[in-house]
Amino acid sequence: MAGAIHAHLSDAASDRPAHATESRGVRIALITVALLFLALIILLPLISVIVEALSQGWRVYVESITEKDALSALRLTLITAAIAVPLNTVFGIAAAWAIAKFKFRGKNVLITLIDLPFAVSPVISGLIFVLLFGAQGLLGPWLAAHDIKVIFALPGIVLATIFVTFPFVARELIPLMQTQGVQEEEAAATLGAKGWQIFWRVTLPNIKWGLLYGIILCNARAMGEFGAVSVVSGHIRGQTNTLPLHVEILYNEYQFTASFAVASLLVLLALVTLVVKAIVEWKSEQRSAGSEGGTG
Amino acid sequence: MRIEVRNVTKRFGSLKAVDNVSFTIEEGKLIGLLGPSGGGKSTLLRMLAGLETPDEGDIILDGKRVNDVPPQKRGIGFVFQNYALFRHMTVFDNIAFGLEVKKAKKNEIRERVNELLKLVGLEAIGNRYPHQLSGGQRQRVAFARALAPRPSLLLLDEPFAAIDAKVRKELRTWLKEMIEQIGITSIFVTHDQDEAVEVADEMLIFSNGRLEQQGSPLEIYRHPRTPFVASFIGESRVLQHPERLIGFEEAVSQGGKSAIIRPEFVEVGLQRELSYPLSAQRGIVRQSFFRGAHLELEVDVEGNRLIAYRSLDREPLEPGAEVLVFIHRLYVLDGSSAVLVENPLKTDPMPVHI
Repeated sequence: MAGAIHAHLSDAASDRPAHATESRGVRIALITVALLFLALIILLPLISVIVEALSQGWRVYVESITEKDALSALRLTLITAAIAVPLNTVFGIAAAWAIAKFKFRGKNVLITLIDLPFAVSPVISGLIFVLLFGAQGLLGPWLAAHDIKVIFALPGIVLATIFVTFPFVARELIPLMQTQGVQEEEAAATLGAKGWQIFWRVTLPNIKWGLLYGIILCNARAMGEFGAVSVVSGHIRGQTNTLPLHVEILYNEYQFTASFAVASLLVLLALVTLVVKAIVEWKSEQRSAGSEGGTG
Repeated sequence: MRIEVRNVTKRFGSLKAVDNVSFTIEEGKLIGLLGPSGGGKSTLLRMLAGLETPDEGDIILDGKRVNDVPPQKRGIGFVFQNYALFRHMTVFDNIAFGLEVKKAKKNEIRERVNELLKLVGLEAIGNRYPHQLSGGQRQRVAFARALAPRPSLLLLDEPFAAIDAKVRKELRTWLKEMIEQIGITSIFVTHDQDEAVEVADEMLIFSNGRLEQQGSPLEIYRHPRTPFVASFIGESRVLQHPERLIGFEEAVSQGGKSAIIRPEFVEVGLQRELSYPLSAQRGIVRQSFFRGAHLELEVDVEGNRLIAYRSLDREPLEPGAEVLVFIHRLYVLDGSSAVLVENPLKTDPMPVHI
């Protein structure tokens, strides 16, 4: 599901029967390898980001992240996410709804298309929009004639971000809605509920936690996206730089401390996302515990 | 509600799920739709509820054609096979749903839900969630939820299928009493003939999308009108050589006829045990099964494999034993009709005195 790991930290995992469990030595070896790898590849870089960011003291750190361009990059990142995430939420619900509840021609094509952004390199995703809306692009001349800026401006960044992040919500909801089926909605209809009443009172509450989970993942990616945005942004300081791009620029200018300081903001965003995700997972597990056709 | 179905057909692709079905159901009856799985019963039920649209024909409720009326406006309660309870709502909210979407007053809703909770005996667990309930409790909630908006017709799709065998019997009786108490016209779908016979006032037998026969359980049991009904109802068996059975040589002698027999038509025993020993013929016991209340014997009579019951009080018969067999009656099938034929030797005008 959307490249996310779903941990089921239930008792079932620790209740493996003796004949199916590996010997003590194997278990210890497996756990050690996993933990060592995690420490080396994930924990160490994260710590080094924080250490580097604070290497010249708090004052430099605070100055780096309150500097004008950094703030503008932060603002742009938040605006982009604020537009892309709601749009992808609506799209995700609509697509998942169509796929899970209706029979229509081209359903498999739609499912494949939803996965496309995961399969395509983000740089290509950005390039698509340059080829479409750029000065030499398909719609370029028309846009120029009407004085509409897409590439090297906010619309382009938002479009690229939407493209890259649109599978998250849909991918999270499709399996969920498929296992839930249409029976509860049919029941609601026979009880007199109309279309919107069914959606608000039956469908949405049933997919609530899955939807939230998808939105969180979508948001994390929207804020962190580098490749696609890099192609369409134009790297204009204080105008079209998002946080990830700003980090790169600072780094390339040998402002290591400032670059790590800004990077630590992204790390912070990631940590907040992880905490919220953990809470959502915990909540949804509580909800679905014991219910048939578990929605985990 | 009076229900009239006229020449209704429903296709799924090239498959005719319901094939030119017509019937009428009078107000206040408890009806069982019976037939093998895939016979079109559920599709018919869903069409009555408005969850499917017929391709041809009319559905008329209380004299009004409702083909194009959406389920919301039909005033029909539906109990789904897996109950389809709203999993994120408590028992109370599930039952209240139908009233809330109609914007009924708060205190009216509370009153009605409490009344229904009491009716189905679940007052104590109104604040539980569906996953915390047993199968039987879920069914009661689904039943109460369907009744809450006071429908004039109640449809139940395989209401007992998801419940284990022991609770099922209790629930059958409970449901029948409940429906009689409320006096609502009800139709339920089942593939289990015991269930239909026990619960329904009237049964409609379906096979391959066609209505085979409509009538009371007793009537259908005694007078099956088609070969399908004769073989589906009761523990029926098709005979390979019915003409070899004493008493039926003539009844089945004309070409193209076959015959069906049920265990209760067969009397098997030793000579002194039979009612008509002189008109009986010899058979060999092939198998003997213990069925709890009685023995079930499989007896070979002139190449026909017959099933017969034997009381446990009587001397047990082992496989290989030679017995006497008397056939009281059997169904003779001719094309699309089934006729019950009594053994003429039972009323032999020339009684034998010893």
